[in-house]
Amino acid sequence: MNNEYRASVVVRTVAYILAAPLIVFGLYVILHGHLTPGGGFAGGAIMATFIALFLVSFGRKGAGSLHRNLFSVLESLGLTVFVVLAFLGISNTFFYNFMVNSGHLFGRVISFGVNPGYLDTGGVIPLMNIAVGLEVFSAISLIVLEMFTYSREDKND
Amino acid sequence: MIFLAEHAPAFAIAVPLLAAFVTPVLGRISEKIRNIWVIFSLLFTEFLVFILGCKVLDEGVYTYALGAVTPSLTSPVGFPVRIILETDAMNALISFMVLSIAIITVVYSWKFIEKYEAQDRFYSLLLLLTAGMMGMSFTGDFFTMFVFLEVVSVSSAALVAFFKKAESFEAAFKYLAISSIGSFFMLFGIGLLYGHYGLLNMAVIAKEIILHYSFLDVVALSLLGTALLLKLGSVPIHMWKVDSLQEAPAPVSVVCIATSLVGLYLLFRIGFSVFGLVINSILGWILVFFGILSIFIGVAMALLQNNLKRLLGYSAVAEVGYILLGAGVGLSAMPEVNGFAFEALSGGIFHIVNDVLDISLLFLIAGSIYYITKKRNIDELGGLAHDFPSLSVLFIIGMLAISGIPPFNGFASKLMIYESVFYFNPLLVILGVLGSILMLAVFVKVFACIFLGAPYEGEVEEVPGSMMFTMWVLAFFILFLGLFPQVAIDIFIAPAAEALVHPEVYIGGVL
Amino acid sequence: MISIQFLAAIILISLGLSVAVFKKNLIKIVMAVHVIGSGVNLFLVSLGYRAGGIAPIFTDASKLQMVLPTTQALTLTSIVIDFAVVALMLSFVISIYGHYGTLDTQKRRLKE
Repeated sequence: MNNEYRASVVVRTVAYILAAPLIVFGLYVILHGHLTPGGGFAGGAIMATFIALFLVSFGRKGAGSLHRNLFSVLESLGLTVFVVLAFLGISNTFFYNFMVNSGHLFGRVISFGVNPGYLDTGGVIPLMNIAVGLEVFSAISLIVLEMFTYSREDKND
Repeated sequence: MIFLAEHAPAFAIAVPLLAAFVTPVLGRISEKIRNIWVIFSLLFTEFLVFILGCKVLDEGVYTYALGAVTPSLTSPVGFPVRIILETDAMNALISFMVLSIAIITVVYSWKFIEKYEAQDRFYSLLLLLTAGMMGMSFTGDFFTMFVFLEVVSVSSAALVAFFKKAESFEAAFKYLAISSIGSFFMLFGIGLLYGHYGLLNMAVIAKEIILHYSFLDVVALSLLGTALLLKLGSVPIHMWKVDSLQEAPAPVSVVCIATSLVGLYLLFRIGFSVFGLVINSILGWILVFFGILSIFIGVAMALLQNNLKRLLGYSAVAEVGYILLGAGVGLSAMPEVNGFAFEALSGGIFHIVNDVLDISLLFLIAGSIYYITKKRNIDELGGLAHDFPSLSVLFIIGMLAISGIPPFNGFASKLMIYESVFYFNPLLVILGVLGSILMLAVFVKVFACIFLGAPYEGEVEEVPGSMMFTMWVLAFFILFLGLFPQVAIDIFIAPAAEALVHPEVYIGGVL
Repeated sequence: MISIQFLAAIILISLGLSVAVFKKNLIKIVMAVHVIGSGVNLFLVSLGYRAGGIAPIFTDASKLQMVLPTTQALTLTSIVIDFAVVALMLSFVISIYGHYGTLDTQKRRLKE
C-alpha cells in the first residue's frame, strides 16, 4: 500500500466533486447534438475525461477496478448500432433518415421558422449521436486506460 | 437481386464495416465462428461487387446518393449536396481485385497467425482496412476520399505493428507519421478546391474546372498528386513503404500492396477524370519521370538486400514504376487520347492487376518460408527445394511473372506498355526493359540462395494446406492471365481504360 | 490582401513541417503532425467564415447570412481523424520507448 501511487486529498476531492457534472454535461452534449454544437464525439470525449480524472486520482487501484472487456464490448456495440441504424433506412437508401417527421420517437413534425429547439426532432440523428457517444466514450477510456497501465508498469520495473 | 445490385456500392462499404465491429464480440465466443464470419462477410461483399460490376459493364456509370429518398436523386437543389458513390468500370475492377486479395489474405492468415495473440483485433482491423479501401474506390467526393484514406492508414499502421517487435513499431510509426502528413497536405488541397468552387463532388468539380481553371487548381492538383504519390510509395518517398512491408506479417504486406494500388486508382481518377480535360502533357511527363525513377531505384536497391521481404518491398516499388510509366504516357495524351496512349493506359491498368497477383504470391511465399524456418535472411537459407518442391515451383512462377517472362501475366502487361511507350519515346522502353532484366537477375539470385544447394539443415515445419491453397490460387490466376491476356483485356481492362479517358461520362453520371 | 487566418494556417503548417523534418525526438514528431493538422483545420474552418454570420441551423435567416456548414463538418471530422492518428502514434511511441529506452531517433539503433 505504501509504494502504491496515490494522489493527494485535494485531487481526490476535486475528482469526487467533478464526477457527476462531467457525466451529466457529456450526456447533455450528446443528447443535444442535433440542435447545438457538439454531438457524439465531443460528448463522448467529455465523458471520457471522467475516466482520465478517475485514473489520475486513484492510480493503479482505480485502474484495476475498470473492466477493459466491458469497454471494448461497449465500443463494438456503439459502432454496430450506428451501422445498423444506417442499414434500417435501406428501403430508400443507405443512411436514409426514416424517422424524421414520422411522429414517433425523435420524429416531431415542426413547421418552418424559428423555434426554441425541440429535443424531440432529428429522426435517427440523435440515436446515431448516442451510439457514437457510447463508442467514443469507451474507446477513449480504453486508450487512456491502456496508456496509463503501460506507463505505470514501465515505471515500476 | 435487383435490390442488392441497386444498393451494392453502399453495402460494399457497410458490410465489411459492420463485420469489423462484430468480429471482436464473436471472437470471444469461438474462434471458428469468428473465422467463418469474417470469410463469409468478405465473400458476400465480393458477390455484391461482382453483380455491381456486371451492372456497370452493361449500363455504364452508376451513382448512388447516400441518405436520399431514392438512390438516383443526386442533386435535389440543383447541385449535389450529399455523399455520392460513383461506380464505373475502373473502380468496379479495383474493388473486385482488392476484395479478392482480402479473401486470400484471410484464408492465409488462419494458420499463419494462429500462434499469436490479439487475433480478434487482427481480423477486425483487416475488415476495417477492407472497408476503407472499398470506400476509397467507390467514393465520388473528395472529402469522403480523405476520410477513408485515413481509415486505411490508421488500420494498416496498426496491422504493421502486429508482431509487437521493436522494429515493427518503428516501421509503423514511420508509416503513420509520413502518411498522415501526406493526408493533411491532401486535405489542404481539398480545402483549396472547396474554397474555389464551394463543392466537394469530383464530377461537378471536373465540370466547373473547365470554366474556371486557374493557378489555384494547379496548386491543389500538385498537393493532391504529391500526397497520393507519397501514399503509393513512389521513389522519392519510398522508405516508409519498404520498411513497413518488411516488418509487417506477410498477409499484411499483401494488403498494404493492395492499398497502394487503390492509391494509384485515386491518382488516375484525379488525373484523368477530374483534371483530365484541362491539364497539358506535363503531368503525364511527371508521372513518367517518377515511374522510371521508381523502376531503377527499386531494382537497384533490391539487388543489394539480404532480407527477403525487404527485397520484395523494393521490387514492389519498381513494379509501381511500370504502372506509373504506362499511365503517364496515357495521361500525357489527354484529353484526345489516341491509339498508343490508350494502349499504354490499358497496359498500366492491366499491370495493376498483374502486379498485385505477382507480388502477393511472392510475399506469401516469403511468409511461408518464415513460417517454416523462422528465418528472414536469405544468406541463412538454402536447399529448401529438397523438402518443399511445390514451394519452389510457386516461387519460379512468381519470379518469372514479376520479371515479365512469357507465358506469365507480367509479360502480357509489360509488352503492352513497351509496345505503346515505344511510339511515345523509345528511350523509355530501353530503360523499362533494362529494369525488367535486372529484376530477373535479382530473383534468380534469391532463388539460388533459398532453394538450391545442399539440403537445409535447420528445423523446419510443414506448410499448412490452407496456406498452400491460397498460393496455388494466385499461381492459377497468374498462369490464366498470362495464357489468355486478350480475354481479360476485352472483358474488363479496356472498359476500365475507356472509363478513364472519357471524363464527360463520369461527369454525366452525377448531373 | 491576405487574411490573417490564412497566414496563421500557413505558419502553423510550415512550423509543423520543419519540426517533423529536423527534430529527432519522437514526441516532437507527434506534436509536429498534430500542429500540421491544426493548421489545415484552421484553414478549412476559416474558408467558411462570414463576418457577422449566424449559426447554420434551421431558421428563417437567408442563405447568405449563415456561415458555411460544410467546412465545419469537414473540420470536425478531420479533428476526429487527427485524434485517432495522434493516439495511435503516441501508443507506438510508448512501445518504442519500452523496447529501446530512448526517444531519440538517432540513438535508437545503438542501444539494442
